[in-house]
Parts: sequence; structure tokens; C-alpha cells
Amino acid sequence: MTDKKIPNALAGPSRRAFMAGGAALTASLFAPKGLRAQEFPTAEVNTTGLAVTDDAVTIGILHSVTGTMAISETGSVQAEKLAISQINAQGGILGRKIEYIQEDGASDWPTFAEKARKLLVNDKVASVMGCWTSASRKAVLPVFEQHNGFLYYPTFYEGLEQSPNVIYTGQEATQQIIAGLDWVTREKGAKTFYLLGSDYIWPRTSNKIARKHIENFMEGTSVVGEEYYPLGHTQFNSVINKIRLRKPDVIYAIVVGGSNVAFYKQLKAAGIDPAEESPMVLTISVTEDEIRGIGGENIEGSYACMKYFQSLENENNLAFVKAFKEMWGEDMVIGDVTQAAYLGPWLWKAAVEKAGSFDVDKVRAASPGIEMTTAPEGYVKIHENHHLWSKTRVGRAQADGQYEVVFETADLVEPDPFPEGYQ
Amino acid sequence: MFSDYSMTELGAIFAMQGFAGLILFSVFVLMALGLAIIFGQMGVINMAHGEFMILGAYVTYLTSTAFAVYVPGLFGIYFFVAMILAFIASGLLGLFVEWAMIRHLYKRPLDTLLATWGLSLILQQVYRSVFGAREVGVSIPDWMMGSLPLTDLIEIPINGIFVMVLATGIALGVYYLMFRSAWGLQVRAISQNRVMADAVGINTAWTDRLTFAIGCGVAGVAGSAFTMIGSTGPTAGQLYIVDTFLVVVFGGTGSLLGTIASAFSISQAQSIMEFFLSGSMAKVLTLLVVVGILMIRPQGLFSLKLRK
Amino acid sequence: MSASSHRLFSRQDIIGFAILAAVIFIVLPLALDSFRLNLFGKYLTYAFVAVGLVLCWGAGGILSLGQGVFFGLGGYCMAMFLKLEASTPENTAIQSTPGIPDFMDWNQITALPWWWEPFNSLLFSLIAVVMVPVMFAFIIGVAMFRRRVGGVYFAIITQAFAAILTILIIGQQGYTGGVNGITDLRTLQGWDIRTDAAKETLYYVNGVLLFACLLIAQFVRKSKLGRLLIAMRDQEDRVRFSGYDVASFKIFIFCLGAGFAGIGGAMFTLQVGFMSPTLVGIVPSIEMVIFCAVGGRLSIIGAVYGALLVNWAKTSLSESFPELWLLGLGGLFIAVVMAFPNGLAGIYAEHIAPRLAALFAKRQTPAAVPKPKPAE
Repeated sequence: MTDKKIPNALAGPSRRAFMAGGAALTASLFAPKGLRAQEFPTAEVNTTGLAVTDDAVTIGILHSVTGTMAISETGSVQAEKLAISQINAQGGILGRKIEYIQEDGASDWPTFAEKARKLLVNDKVASVMGCWTSASRKAVLPVFEQHNGFLYYPTFYEGLEQSPNVIYTGQEATQQIIAGLDWVTREKGAKTFYLLGSDYIWPRTSNKIARKHIENFMEGTSVVGEEYYPLGHTQFNSVINKIRLRKPDVIYAIVVGGSNVAFYKQLKAAGIDPAEESPMVLTISVTEDEIRGIGGENIEGSYACMKYFQSLENENNLAFVKAFKEMWGEDMVIGDVTQAAYLGPWLWKAAVEKAGSFDVDKVRAASPGIEMTTAPEGYVKIHENHHLWSKTRVGRAQADGQYEVVFETADLVEPDPFPEGYQ
Repeated sequence: MFSDYSMTELGAIFAMQGFAGLILFSVFVLMALGLAIIFGQMGVINMAHGEFMILGAYVTYLTSTAFAVYVPGLFGIYFFVAMILAFIASGLLGLFVEWAMIRHLYKRPLDTLLATWGLSLILQQVYRSVFGAREVGVSIPDWMMGSLPLTDLIEIPINGIFVMVLATGIALGVYYLMFRSAWGLQVRAISQNRVMADAVGINTAWTDRLTFAIGCGVAGVAGSAFTMIGSTGPTAGQLYIVDTFLVVVFGGTGSLLGTIASAFSISQAQSIMEFFLSGSMAKVLTLLVVVGILMIRPQGLFSLKLRK
Repeated sequence: MSASSHRLFSRQDIIGFAILAAVIFIVLPLALDSFRLNLFGKYLTYAFVAVGLVLCWGAGGILSLGQGVFFGLGGYCMAMFLKLEASTPENTAIQSTPGIPDFMDWNQITALPWWWEPFNSLLFSLIAVVMVPVMFAFIIGVAMFRRRVGGVYFAIITQAFAAILTILIIGQQGYTGGVNGITDLRTLQGWDIRTDAAKETLYYVNGVLLFACLLIAQFVRKSKLGRLLIAMRDQEDRVRFSGYDVASFKIFIFCLGAGFAGIGGAMFTLQVGFMSPTLVGIVPSIEMVIFCAVGGRLSIIGAVYGALLVNWAKTSLSESFPELWLLGLGGLFIAVVMAFPNGLAGIYAEHIAPRLAALFAKRQTPAAVPKPKPAE
């Protein structure tokens, strides 16, 4: 760990400290399993006119199930529905079943804004699980802030944001990038990096943070190239040739969507086999979901930096993977974002029960400090800044489409959406 | 930017970059040939062209799965079977679409644009319902995914060679059909003067249907080949549509040679610019140059002189 | 030609305008809650584009698949003004350079680019909303029409423009907000545009502007220019041989359509609260043509209904069947093209108008819309 140079990204308190501090809270959270609605009269738990009745509470699910983003967002919808059904099987929240209204963002940002307004204004949902791309989140953000809605956003993203109306269950950029770069430099002796991405804000901001870290916070490392291609681009032979010319130690790839498939297939076909690790490929945009499209044999040997891999071996995750496959089919794979989406309903449940109310203001006030010991990724806790403390892991892609975890940070990494020195 | 490299390195890179341009050229040719037949000869704007390609890709996916399960020993050659099946599947769908929709719209070419756009929405949703919203992974036989090391520095991707051979083969096949077969003669006659063609006893309705089906079938084969280099998902077809139309229009409608020449010039321009500029800017500049030339020479590179 | 088609308004036109006015200003506001009314306000912004397309395509035979470009340019001009107003040094104190739009700060831009400066002025921005799309259309129009590019070629070249502008906006995110677009717009000269009351006001402003555009369109159609356009659409060479400067008429009508689209874009930005490149690209541009086709490509009133109907169908289908609605939408397009090539206006003219006329008029007046025939 290059702890000496990183301001505060990794210097979080240890898990032990959390556990001690949170023990009482955890106990109170999971005790009221069989809560009965009569103990929580609707008039008291819902003072702002949300869609809460004596036996049900309605939330919204807002993802793209059509259009180009449906490829990525389908997993999130499935995970959220799984979490909701599990919560209902346990007796719901404050004795009330969760019902959901699903809306389609159609991969179109204005549509996201329209549907968000509909969910908040017409349906009065108590919270929304939704959005995937930064653009869709930016589009709905003013709507949530204006109508005081509460959004659980599952995707790893570029940071630079901290809304009182959003809980970010994915990683902000530094949580995903820095530990991975440190690892690849320390363990693999990497000195030179070629940054590559799809052309929009997340890859650009992530690469900016990566570049600052490579140039200013590590020693003897440098960036030898940085390149962006339009979303949906399918021809990468030119950039592959440029990579050959520059001979980087690491290709740092943040290519998304269908371009991913094209990039890895063409990389392999051009004789750059990630498994040979010269150069090695490090990505923050390929989860198990994307590997299905790429084909495990084409990406085998690449490294991905995430907080969750399906192959994690802990009890929580084994149970989660089993339940997910039971509900959605044996051939399902689960990626980082899918897991983060699964956290949303659970974190909301914990916050509502801590607050003893569905009111957004009270849920918001109760949220910081909420911890979840049953998270598939292990253990998470909501930070004051509405992001999650979570570990960073590096996985090596296998031919069967799974990742083998080769590294994880010893401690939880503190979320830092406005990292000093990286702007 | 070149001062750090030796001449051999530079030579190798330029050789490979030239080859990358040739691969892109082959990809464009594959994309555009089907459309060149349909749009160039029949004047039909088929916005669902990308979806016909993706149908070919899905057929390839199904074939690969079937081979892996039933005849794993023959997996190495499934791709050839898949391409034939892709041609048949897309061709049959084309045949049906022509019968149900297109033939009613020959007098209204811009309306075919709207109707086929509707068709593309429907096909996307059908793919999504049948195969799921996620991309499917098509396993390519190992021998197709490697590369041939020519020298220490130059490596030639085998799938690139494959795409090039395929593009050449299909281009020759289409050329043969167009200029050496009875059908081709009829198609050309109809595109020059439909009424006269009808009058001399050509079955224009059937020729149209066959033309459309063959165009769609070629798109299916292209889609099948693209599983090697790109993604297979419900909306992947939309990625190709603008490039494809530009290639055909830039080449000049009605001219197969023009389509090939235009695919060559656009691909080389893009590939050269991609090497010196960032990917996004290269794309914008390529499109701008193409549009600029089209403004000066609206009929495209090659054009047939036709009586209006 | 009968005398009635020379007057600015025939009886049918008056009825049509009156009904539309009643729908927009009375029926919708009474029938809908504030959320739905705002949605319909959004749909009506597309009607600006559809009306422009009726002039270009239906009357002039120029099919542009790049109207999203003009819609987007207008919208972006408005959004730039609103963004500058929202980016006060106080609101953006958290940034490393306070006082510039947030997305610039994220992209390490430390000063406002010079071409953003004029958008501090509301007057300039309002002029730009119309003039930027018009100038752009003028350049394209001169280049294309002077060289007699038309029909399918024109459609595909405009489509390429939509692709170019989208890639450019996304690629230059430091200056344009990239894929996210320009978001989080708050006030117009201090007036909060996010409140329900403001949205209602904007709805009416939108309606009035739409009627202004409709009146201009009606005037153009009934003027000599309008008749020349139709003549050009049907027999361009004969018009040219008659001594008319065909290209200039086409350029004019194309610019007019672009101006309408720009106004629509600006109203979109005001009512929705942001502008994004997803409204510029090929898909929205084709959709806008479809609004026009559904409404009836020859009828400006029909275009408005077309925009309303398609968007309403989209919204309600996707609310009821989030995973299958595209089937319905695709089917609608095919049905319109195959069975009702003249769209809603055609249905009205062929089935409803004759009965209405029989009901009201003592003698049959010829339909104001010349017996529509499918345009090329």
C-alpha cells in the first residue's frame, strides 16, 4: 500500500473500529424482524403524503429496459427486484410490503427526467432505485432535489457530486482507481500506462484521476498515451497499433458498452493477449456482465478493479448468488453494479427502520452510519457524504467469464467524491 | 511524435496501420454491399439494415451453441455453416418484409424509410424478448482468433484476413450476380426503366423481391462475420447505419464499383486520421470530409447517367 | 384552383385553428394535472419541428433527417444562457474556478470560453435561439440546393450532420457538457423555472409561440411561395425553366423550418430544465419526421396533433408495458405509412371533414388541403 502519498483515500478507520461502534446499531437494526404495521400507524410514519398504506409501501424502479443501455441496466433491475422480494419475504418494512412501479428510461436522458417526475409527483413513491449512466443521473438530479425524492444510485461513477437526495451505492472514482493503480505498480512493476476510454464524462474524469495519481502520487510512473473513441465505436485497430508503438506496461481501458466487445476481440486478434501481460490490461469498466458479450476466452488474463466479483467466497455472497440464480436463471452472471443495486433496497430498509418513518427527511438523517453486514461484497457502511465505505478488489479474468480475486484492500476505502489534488 | 522510434519500428507500424485500414475497408464493404443492392438498385431506404445484420449475428450465435452441444468435434468449422444459415435466415426475412411491406411503397421511397424504421424498432424488441437485453457472447473457433507473426514486429490478425477474404468473395459474388446472371440483367434493366422492363416481359415483382432478399441475405452474412470483431446485442445494428449509408451515397447509388471505391477512401481516411488524432476527432473529420465532398459532388464518386 | 385556396384562411382552416386553440389552451389545461400538462408542453415543443417539416417535406419535398440539429442548437443556445445564470460564484463556490459552469470546472477549464461570453445576455441568447439554427441551415442549404442536391441524398447528408454534431458535442465536453448535456438549469432572469406555476406559464408561452409559428406557416403556404413550393415538389424542372430561382425558395423554407425547430428547442430547454445531445442525434431526428408523418405531412395542424399523439402513445405505452412498448410504436409507424399515408390529417380530410361539412355548410366547399397525394 502506498499509504504515504495518498491524502485520505485509503486512510479510513479499520473494520474493527466500525464493528465496535456499530454493534449496538446493528443489533437494533436486525431485531425488529417481524414488525407489525399496527405498531407504526401510517399517519405517523408518513407525514408527507408518500404512497404508504397500512400494509404496503410503493417505491420506484427507474432503469432502461429498452435502448442501448438495456444491456447494462437489466442486471440492476433484477437485483433490485430480488432484494425487494427478499425483504417482503422477511415481513417487509415497518410491517409493510414493498410494491414497486417500474418505469423505462429508454436510454434517453430526457425520458429519465420525465419518468422520475412521474414517479415522484404522480406516484408519490417513497424512494427510487434507479439510473445507471451519469447522464441519466444528472438528468434526474434536479427533479429529485426539487420534489425531495430519494434515489439509490448503483453505478460506479466519476464522483464530483454529493446530493442530499441520492445514496451512491457504487464506488466514486477514487475508490475504484487508486488502489488498483497502486497494486499494479507495486506487484507488477508497471511504469508506463496507456489510458484509453469511451468519449464521455466517466472515462474522461476517471482517466484524469488516474493520470494525476500516476504522475503526482506514484514515483517513476508515467502516462504514454491517452485516447478516446465515440460511444459505440467498433474499430480499434488504429489504437492497437498506437499501443504497440508506445509499448506501455499497462493498457488502462475504460471502454464501455458494445465497444468493449470490439476492443477486446480485436486486441486478442492483433496478437496482444492479455494473458501474456505484456502489456497487461487493467480495466474499471468490464464486469462479469460485459464478459458475457466479450467472451471469456478473449479477455482472459485482463485485470479489473471493482469492489465486488461474483466469485467472492463469503457466506453473504454465496447466498446472494444462489438466490439470484434461483430467481433469474442458472446462466445469470452478476457484476459489480448488479451487486451495488442489490444493496439499495436493503440500505433503504435499514434507514427507514432506524428512522421509524418513511419521510424522506428522516430517512436522509438516519442514513449516514447505516451499515450492512449482510452485503454480498462483505460489509459496507454509509458515509456522511452519502457514498459507501467499501473495499477495492482486483480480479483476473478467467476463461469461464469469472474473475479470480488477486488482491483486496485490507481496510475499507473511504469515499471521497471531491478528492484533493486530483481536480 | 516519431523521433523516439527506429525506422524498422516505424515501418512495421505503418505496415500494420495500412493493414488496419484494409480491415476497416473490408468491414465497410461488407456493411455496404447489401445496402448498395437494395438502395442502389431499388431505391429503397432500408433503415432496418442493421437489424438484418444482427439477425445474421444471432444466427451465428445459435449455430455456435448448437455445434458446441451436438457436434463439438466440428466446432472449428461451424462458422462456415453459420454464414450460410445467416444468409438464408436474413434472406427469408427480407423476402417476407418485401412481400408484406416494401412492395406497397415502391412509389414512395421516403416512406420506406419510415416504415423500415418502425420495422427496426420491432426487430430490436423481438431480439430483446427472445435473446435477452444483454449481449450474447459468440465463441469463435480458436484458429480464427490468433494472429500471424510476419516479422518480430508485424502481426497480422487472422480474423482480419478472414474478413478481407470474405469481403472480396462476396463482392465478387455480387458482381457476378449483377453483371453475369440473368437476374442481374433484369435488376439493372428495372433500375434503369421499370416500365420498359415490365413491358419486355421481366417479372418485376419477383425480381424486386429477390433483389431485396439477396440484399438482406448479404447483410446477414456481414452480421455473421462481425461477431468476430464486434458485439452482438439487440441494438448493435444501429451502430452501423450511418456509416453504411454514407458509404453507399458517397460511392454513388447504382454503382457497385463506386461503393467499393468509397468504402476504400473513407476507411483509409479514417484509419490514417485515427493514427494522428484522437479517435473522436478522426471520426468527426472523416464525416465532415465526406459530407463536404458530397456537397461539391452530390452524385457521389461514381454515378450512372440515368434519365429521370 | 378555387378562390378559397387564395385566402389566408378557408372555412376549414378557421375551424381547424379554432379547435387546436381550444385543445391547447382550454381542454388540456383543464383535463390534466400539472405534471401531465408539463409533459404535453414538452410534446408541443416537438410540434414546432413537425410544423417546419410540413413546410420542408410535405410542401417542399425536402426531407431533412437532421432537424434534431436545429432543435438542439436552439435548445443549447437557451441552455447556455440559463446555465450561466445558474453558475453564480455563490452557487459554484465549491469549484476550483467559481463562476463558470460546473462541467467546465470538471474538465479543468479555468475561464469562460470567449464564445460563451455573449450568452450572458438574454437578448443575444433569444436572437441566437433562432439565428444560430437559421445560419446553420443557410450554410447547408446554400451548399446543397445550389448544387441541386435533393431527395434521398439530402436526407442522408442531413443525417450525417446529426451524427457529426452529436459526436462533436459529446467529444468537446469541456465546452458543451458532453453526453450529460447542460443540466441543472434554474432561473430565467431570477424567475424560478422549476416551480409548477412557472411550468404552467411556460406551457402557455409555448402554446402562443406555436400559434405564431403556425400562422407564419399558414401565411407561407397560402402565399405565392407556398404554391411555388408545391409546384417545385411535383415538377422542379418546370418551375426552374419558368424562370424561378428554385434554390433560393428551398433555402428559405429550409431556414424557416430550422428557425421553428430552434424555438422548439429553446422551449424544450425551458420546460424540461436541461438540454442533452440525445435530442440532436439521428434517432430523435427521425422521430421528428415520424411525428410529421403521423400527423399528415401536408397539414400544419395535423403535425401538431401528430407530435402530441406519438409522444403520448410513447409515454403511456412505456408506462403500461415498459418492456414491450417498442413493438407498439414500431407497429404504429408501419401502420401509418402503409394504411394512412396522409396521417391524421388524411383521416380527417377523407372521413371526418366531409361529414362535418355536410352538417354545417349549405354547399360543399372544396377541401382547403388540396386532395393530398403521397409526397416523394
